Amino acid sequence: MDNPVANKGFVFTKESLQKKFRLSEFLSEKIITGVAFLSITIIILIFFFVFRETLPIFSSKKDTTKVETVQKQEQYRGEDPKGPTNASGQEQYGVTTKDTMMIENQAKVEDTVVHEADEATMKNLIGKEWFPVSDRPRYGLIPLLVGTLKITLLAILFAAPIAILAALFSASFAPYWLREIIKPAIELLAGFPSVVIGFFALMVMASFFQNIFGYDTRLNAFVGGVAMALAAIPIIYTITEDALTAVPRSYTEASLALGASRWQTALFVTLPAATPGIFAAILLGIGRIFGETMIALMATGNAAMISVNPFESVRTLAATIGAEMAEVVFGDTHYSVLFLIGSLLFIFTFGLNALAEFYVKGRLVKRFQGK
Amino acid sequence: MNRKTRITGTLFIGTTAFSAFLIIAVIIILLVVIVIGGKDTFSWKFLTSFPQDGMMKGGIFPAIYGTALLVLIMSVAAVPFGTITAIYLTEYASEKSILAQTIRFAVRTLATVPSIIFGLFGLGFFIKFVGGEMDSVFLGGQLKWGQPNILWASLTMALLTLPVVIVSVEEAIRAVPREMREASLALGATKWETIRRIVIPGSRSGIMTGTILAISRGAGEVAPILFTGAAYYLASLPTSLSDQFMNLGYHIYIMATQSANVDQTLPIQFATTLVLLMLTFMLNLTAVIIRSRLRRKAK
Repeated sequence: MDNPVANKGFVFTKESLQKKFRLSEFLSEKIITGVAFLSITIIILIFFFVFRETLPIFSSKKDTTKVETVQKQEQYRGEDPKGPTNASGQEQYGVTTKDTMMIENQAKVEDTVVHEADEATMKNLIGKEWFPVSDRPRYGLIPLLVGTLKITLLAILFAAPIAILAALFSASFAPYWLREIIKPAIELLAGFPSVVIGFFALMVMASFFQNIFGYDTRLNAFVGGVAMALAAIPIIYTITEDALTAVPRSYTEASLALGASRWQTALFVTLPAATPGIFAAILLGIGRIFGETMIALMATGNAAMISVNPFESVRTLAATIGAEMAEVVFGDTHYSVLFLIGSLLFIFTFGLNALAEFYVKGRLVKRFQGK
Repeated sequence: MNRKTRITGTLFIGTTAFSAFLIIAVIIILLVVIVIGGKDTFSWKFLTSFPQDGMMKGGIFPAIYGTALLVLIMSVAAVPFGTITAIYLTEYASEKSILAQTIRFAVRTLATVPSIIFGLFGLGFFIKFVGGEMDSVFLGGQLKWGQPNILWASLTMALLTLPVVIVSVEEAIRAVPREMREASLALGATKWETIRRIVIPGSRSGIMTGTILAISRGAGEVAPILFTGAAYYLASLPTSLSDQFMNLGYHIYIMATQSANVDQTLPIQFATTLVLLMLTFMLNLTAVIIRSRLRRKAK
């Protein structure tokens, strides 16, 4: 072996101290680095391939790329429900029966579909009606957006306060043994498949809430919101708890030494110090709710309508993809519009994640290290 | 301290405690309802027999088999790649390098991408692009790989579970004491030898936790396989990678929302949910136990 220490008469020269080139070392390092790039590659590929399938929408009118970007921008402006109210479909097609799954309706209509006026123009996309499978398909995204926002708002209103208070309890007040029960239990809730939560909401919660509130539509935004809150609570709880326990001990000790009680310390010192972490927790919770598919499919009723009443059915963006993608013709406009919805979801959650990441990192470092 | 402050304090602590117990209560209610609803139908025969009478009766064996096959292929893809990425992040990359930070950001992003987007990606990339190209190049346009099947569904699921593996393995690798690496290097082992002989064996439990968590996640997710390979009903089990498959979660979803008679199949639905819940519950519990042991060791 060329171990310099074992060799007594060895003289250290510049060459002997230099790193030797070994093929196996070189190869392993290169391969490992290459594989590590995979995550970045996947993100880029997702971007590329999800967007690629939406392109037919933009190229169907004119093939220039300029038109495409202009249309995209207009598309985002259209996200605002109060934005340009472009009434695309005046006459009412079909009847939006409550409490019936849209999927079933589609299955019946499907045979008589005529793909004539099948064009997803700008006017069509910001319309107020979502009837992708009909004689005159309408791809108005507004009801889907409103539905998604409504359910996200409802769910986060349930999830955030409960999860944050619970995190405060287990981080500041609970005795050690109790914390050791609460934390793993909520982590186990995070492991519940969303289809199980959806099933529970559909079979149990919907009837339970109907008995309490006495609403007509059995599956509605409220039921879906509560069910989605169940999915978001573990995320918000875990991140908030981490943020709370990361607050330096000196903070709480100083507060206690000044005569504040434990709850005052928790509420006025620990909680404010952990705000960036809690903010990130809420953002990630919103991201989870926004993209949740199975619960939305099973518990929200899936009727695309615009209303502010929490006890009406809603159809979310993610649920629309989940319900309709299996039945569309590959490559037609409806297919592309579903991919467009996917792109919107992806951009939104990507933005939320980036915001949570960079905002929190910057703030926390500043706050705790005084930089 | 005056009386008002004390009452406010008690109320405040009470509210936080109430929130915590509310969550625990909902978890318990969920578990109890599913167990009570499913326990009468749940039996060995239910687990091992095929659905009968248009899924109105019978068992869920094909769904269990399909789910097992899905997570198996998924693990074969996700675990090695996840482990290697974790090794890169802990052993090779310097913490501050832009590359390492970008990879970390990508991993976290991957973890927050909605699962339905993976489904879309599986459809656009694996089925239409990769599968479609394979068909036109090798089979001369004959449709075989360019349609939903278990391979594409598993690979889609592998992308979804990759961050789960990476995070667990990374944690375990960090728990391998520095001294062990240094001792190995001091004895003349190279970096790669140290990783292979010291770091990987030392983090075996972390790799196992990662695999278990990934399996649990993969077994429960439905959205990514909705249109990449899951089937409503199949008379025979999948035998090749280009076959479609049945899946527990998808079975629940279909039976609960689109079956001909939802009320009549309710016991089957509850029992299927019970099976899926028990499966993921056990897997997660195992992972939590292994992980807490690992953390204690690290201290």
